[in-house]
Amino acid sequence: MDLSAISPTLLIASLMVAATPILLAAIGEMVVEKAGVLNLGVEGMMIMGAICGFIIGVETGSPWLGFLAAALGGAVLALLFGVLTQVLLSNQVATGLALTLFGLGLSALLGQGYVGVKAQTLGRIDLGPLSDLPFVGRVVFGHDPIVYLSLALVVAVWAFLKFSRAGLILRAVGESHEAAHALGYHVRRVRLAAIAFGGACAGLGGAYLSLVRVPQWTEGMTAGAGWIALAIVVFASWRAGRVLVGAYLFGGITVLQLNLQTAGAKVPVELLSAAPYLVTILVLVLISRRAGRAGAAPADLGKPFHASA
Amino acid sequence: MIRLERRPTPSRLWSGISPLVAVVLTMVAGGLMFAALGKDPFEALRTIFWDPIFGEFAWYFRGQLLIKAGPLILIAVGLAMGFRAGIWNIGAEGQYIVGALCGAAAGLAFYPAETRLIFPLMIVAGALGGFLWAMIPALLKVRFGTNEILVSLMLVYVAENLLASAAVGWLRNPESSGFPGSRNLSRWEASANLEIWADTGIHWGVVAAVVAVIFAQVMLTRHLMGFQIRLAGSAPRAARFAGVVPGRLVVVCLGLAGVLAGMAGLFEVTGPAGQISIDFASGYGFTAIIVAFLGRLNPLGIVAAGLLMALTYVGGDNAAGNLGLPAAAISAFQGMLLFFLLAIDVLTNFRVRMGRGVAA
Repeated sequence: MDLSAISPTLLIASLMVAATPILLAAIGEMVVEKAGVLNLGVEGMMIMGAICGFIIGVETGSPWLGFLAAALGGAVLALLFGVLTQVLLSNQVATGLALTLFGLGLSALLGQGYVGVKAQTLGRIDLGPLSDLPFVGRVVFGHDPIVYLSLALVVAVWAFLKFSRAGLILRAVGESHEAAHALGYHVRRVRLAAIAFGGACAGLGGAYLSLVRVPQWTEGMTAGAGWIALAIVVFASWRAGRVLVGAYLFGGITVLQLNLQTAGAKVPVELLSAAPYLVTILVLVLISRRAGRAGAAPADLGKPFHASA
Repeated sequence: MIRLERRPTPSRLWSGISPLVAVVLTMVAGGLMFAALGKDPFEALRTIFWDPIFGEFAWYFRGQLLIKAGPLILIAVGLAMGFRAGIWNIGAEGQYIVGALCGAAAGLAFYPAETRLIFPLMIVAGALGGFLWAMIPALLKVRFGTNEILVSLMLVYVAENLLASAAVGWLRNPESSGFPGSRNLSRWEASANLEIWADTGIHWGVVAAVVAVIFAQVMLTRHLMGFQIRLAGSAPRAARFAGVVPGRLVVVCLGLAGVLAGMAGLFEVTGPAGQISIDFASGYGFTAIIVAFLGRLNPLGIVAAGLLMALTYVGGDNAAGNLGLPAAAISAFQGMLLFFLLAIDVLTNFRVRMGRGVAA
């Protein structure tokens, strides 16, 4: 095995690319869960974003329109979940699972004619001399716009939840929908908005996979990324900053195992491919051990709300 | 203004007929989907739902129906026990794979012996494999409070990698000159899980499914454990006061689901699939979730739901062959079915009232 073939600069740069889809999906899901809704359909929304973005990206030739379509596709699918769980009061766990199964099926159906097609991908932002700096230039200034967008989104979500009035209302709805309702806030409306936002973020994350990271369409290409995003929200104990840490940590493991595979490590390929999932389990165990049973989860997470009750 | 009013007790009528309503609505929506794909919706629906049972080639499809329904029912019965108790094992696909791997490995260790003892041994090994794989999320949940949804699902991806390594490495047929995949278990007399009656599709997995359904039904309605499962699901606090140990329930429910999923995997690998190969995992573990819900988490309902879901598989294959309908359309169709069911379910617990009432 030749470890010197792994360049730390490239490793960190590709880590950020690998982490971006998960980061986008996770930050969206965090907002949803902060509003007290557990949407297990992240995987389904991501893959719908991936195919919607890819189709529009290919047909129009503009990756930007692709990303817009992906956000819309994710949000529409999320609203389907929203209507079912918030208006028709269905079980959130079961509905989330249904969303994933449905999203996987529908995306495969939509993507039939697009297997093996190449889409126009996003270029890196050229920051002139900054991008030419050693190490820092490649790691900090050499990415495509969506990487920066995802980072900005983390800051925006953090600021929104911490400093804005609307953020406070959203958290109140998640902690105690009865109290929020009694104060005259529209629990259902707030939750639907949060669900749509989460869907849009997951859609963007999916499109980042199909338009930038891979960039191609293959059936089931998200391969559990949505579920990992869910795990990262738990890992982050519902804090925006830690979502970033978790996503980058996970991206790091993914990239490292790919690099080890190409460097010819004396470890079975299958073990390396399974490593990200095993590490996620390990992290979940460590987190739940520290946090105890209640943890830092929003108090009304996953509970249905009906005004008459 | 339409509003929902909570029923004092869940409606038995709606609980019973909502799966039927959901099926009808799915057919309508599915017909629209097929029309959007440029197929004649009536012909598509007839090809999927009618021809496999009553059509010209029904003698072939009827057998296929039970072959597909067997594993779905077997897995769904196990899952339903957990779902009833509020324990969300969604990694049945992983338990199914590991069960198949363990069972196949146990059998192949004796290759080429010819004794009928090998098949029972493989069943036990398969059940044990699924059980142990399910014990990972169960024990982590009991000991550390780790979320079983995420752990069991992550383990599906781990199991898929394990399957890949078995198919190309440690279970590969040494006589296959480089092709991935194990020896063919369905052609080795000691391990073959053949049809018990020719052309019926009834193999040992179907028999096991019937036994599991009866066992689960008796347990739920007649045994203390079944009562505890139902109690823990509908009133967790009351269950604690009644002396239900939550940890024990987690182990029992996940363990049972693991055993049944592992056995389903073993019956599949020795029968219809025939060998351990890279594409052995076919998504039964996930479809079984739909089957469990569609069957109202009730063992007898699951039999009906499993048969219906098997029909969509068989009919979907038929439509793919005859009408060129994409195979993926069927998964979208199955997802839609679950959606409609969950949506209709609101009528079980709520009454729809027109007009203005108290501020909602």
